[in-house]
Amino acid sequence: MDVLELARWQFGITTVYHFLMVPLTIGLSLLVAAMQTAWVRTGNERYYKMTKFWGKLLLINFAMGVVTGIVQEFQFGMAWSAYSRFVGDVFGAPLAMEGIVAFFVESTFLGLWIFGWDKLPKKIHLACAWAFSLATMASAYFILAANSWMQHPVGIVMQDGRPRLNSIWAVLTNNTVLAAFPHTIAGAFAVAGAFLVGIAAWHLHRKSEEERVWRSSLKLGTWVGVVAFSALAITGDWQGKLMFEQQPMKMAAAEALCHTEQPASFSIFAVGDVARPDCENVKSITVPALLSFLAHNDFSSEVKGIQDLVPMYQEKYGEFYPVDPRLGELSGKPIDYVPALPVTYWGFRLMIGFGGISAGLGVFMLWLTRKNRTPTGWWFPALGLAGIATPFLANSFGWIFTEMGRQPFVVVPNPTGVDGVWMFTAQAVSGVTPGEILTSLIALTMVYSVLAVVEFYLIRKYVRGGIPGVLPQKTDDGALAFAY
Amino acid sequence: METLWFVLIAVLWLGYLFLEGFDFGVGMLLPVLGRSNAERRVMINTIGPVWDGNEVWLIVAIGATFAAFPGWYAALLSAAYLPLTLFLIALIGRGVAFDYRGKVESARWRKAWDTVIIVGSWTATLCVGLLISTTVLGLPIDANGDRVGSVFAAFRLETVVGALAFAGYALVHGAVFTALKTEGEIRDRARHMALVLAPVALLPLVALLAIVAGLWAAVVVLVLGLAMWRLAANRDGQSFALMGLAIAASVAILFGTLYPNVLPSTLNDAWSLTIANTASSPYTLQVITWVAGFGTPAVLVYQGWTYWVFRKRIGVQHIPAAH
Repeated sequence: MDVLELARWQFGITTVYHFLMVPLTIGLSLLVAAMQTAWVRTGNERYYKMTKFWGKLLLINFAMGVVTGIVQEFQFGMAWSAYSRFVGDVFGAPLAMEGIVAFFVESTFLGLWIFGWDKLPKKIHLACAWAFSLATMASAYFILAANSWMQHPVGIVMQDGRPRLNSIWAVLTNNTVLAAFPHTIAGAFAVAGAFLVGIAAWHLHRKSEEERVWRSSLKLGTWVGVVAFSALAITGDWQGKLMFEQQPMKMAAAEALCHTEQPASFSIFAVGDVARPDCENVKSITVPALLSFLAHNDFSSEVKGIQDLVPMYQEKYGEFYPVDPRLGELSGKPIDYVPALPVTYWGFRLMIGFGGISAGLGVFMLWLTRKNRTPTGWWFPALGLAGIATPFLANSFGWIFTEMGRQPFVVVPNPTGVDGVWMFTAQAVSGVTPGEILTSLIALTMVYSVLAVVEFYLIRKYVRGGIPGVLPQKTDDGALAFAY
Repeated sequence: METLWFVLIAVLWLGYLFLEGFDFGVGMLLPVLGRSNAERRVMINTIGPVWDGNEVWLIVAIGATFAAFPGWYAALLSAAYLPLTLFLIALIGRGVAFDYRGKVESARWRKAWDTVIIVGSWTATLCVGLLISTTVLGLPIDANGDRVGSVFAAFRLETVVGALAFAGYALVHGAVFTALKTEGEIRDRARHMALVLAPVALLPLVALLAIVAGLWAAVVVLVLGLAMWRLAANRDGQSFALMGLAIAASVAILFGTLYPNVLPSTLNDAWSLTIANTASSPYTLQVITWVAGFGTPAVLVYQGWTYWVFRKRIGVQHIPAAH
């Protein structure tokens, strides 16, 4: 394998892994802050126990999100130095802002929150929880602004062959990030909601101590989930419409729509070889005219297919890669503008599918536990625990779709933006050896696998321990009872 | 504007080396100073609330380099690929180890994570030293800023001295910090350890400064000497402050000698990366200057407040018996 392929695998693996931790951290941080607020305001012990229990699981997960995030920040320079040079003027700013404005707050106040239970006045301690949970959201905003700029470059002029920032405001209010942020945050709450529901259902089934804690947690989780999914559907639709304008090829690839249709039908399920951009040998179950509506809010509009988009892309962005030894085998070769169709087609469907299952499960759980009922069958906790996986899967497939769908570009040209601002992924890699990337790829994958096992083990342990496992032990003089 | 950002990045590195320097040192000294589990808990608790915040100084130093000098960021990080991989793995291991070690009641479990903390702290601090001395001493890079030499180009005699320089500093700094933050037997042991280690452990730092800036190294020798003198006189706080001054002087000397280069090319002076040929546009620098102008003082205030909240010395009597 060459540097490009290895670097892509590494970025994919480290990013998907990082984003297993992040949504749970974001969603759970805010829910824990809310639980603590309820405790401080009402003095009700139940909310204190909820804060302690879910807070402990949050901390186990938080550490992993932080350490895997460090890799992300180094990775652009290490493996994608040509990219970093090309876009540094624009892309570095939101990353630096994230560090100064959000990450400092997050890590400092998290430390205060963990160790400050006995040291800080109640309300200040609570404020620390809000500080770090809101900072995780701010973090997400800056990172998504950076990612959205790659999907849709704005706020720039072209100077000496490189994009130069001329409006940070335009970058931070890019319509792509305005849609991506609520969608991502809603995804994070969906994860946190399902997490609460699954674990609380298990404890209710086991008739663990503190039934009311689990009852409240389950109720909170289901409602958070249901609201999150409504938000996901609305923001997803908005994002989809933007993508049809900004990256028509990505959306055609999402549908494996080979030929332009008017009105265009939405494919629910396909049998056959979706990998071929000519759509031979594919049978698909479709809903007539739905795709036209999703794309343009109009059931009779035209949606461009891959076969018609390819010549348009070739005309605008060139038919061949430049002749450059740094491009390796691709130097001077024709550019393939079609993303990996099985990945985009199925990624898009799995995102929506798992999201839908998760939403349905949330509503079902809410109905099952109406009026303080608890189903007695083993299937009840099993359903809840299995349900935890669904929003994680939906999130991962969503990101795989959105990032693979913009290939062969790493910076996608903005159809209405400044001319000449785009970059092919093949041009973005560092001048390092395949051996170096292979070394880090293997090392990081191994470390990440071990940590996944450890995190799973710890979460399981503390879930099983229930409430008694998380309440603090008192020391004689009350100092720093909590310790690592 | 470029100069301002060059100085700011030096300050961020200074913050990182000063702050994470002591939490690295505490991790490195864990097996020597912490003779029982309770003592190791005391040591870890001295840095528990703050190490993560300390580490953000690194994240911001790197992020600011990306934003202000993309050419520097791209060249240095890709050229030093292997040491950075090692660095990242050390930071990952160390970070989760602090969080996870106390979460299972088992001596084997704790011992395993202690090992991760110790090895991770040593590895990380050696890698930081290597990285900083590499950017100061230069690399075989071509006109494009790409490394031409072997994948081990960053490992040279001088940079290895640089790696040892920061490891040695962290070792003594960590011992001084432990003396400052603990009470009882462990405090005496830490103070004694710092004094014994200092002549050997601080030598590479002085050597690095002498290689880079000749006689300027004498300034740092003087400050370090004062720090040890105050420590011997039982003035932990003053000693700790002087250790901070020593690293500030070292960073000033290293970055001062480097300026206006950011990463010299060892092949051809014309290919050296400088603040001028790697900087972002004036507009970008202006944007991040505003952010840093408001953000950094706030960071100093609330991080300072954290240290104030946890200002009390810790002793073994504060550790719950069950753990």
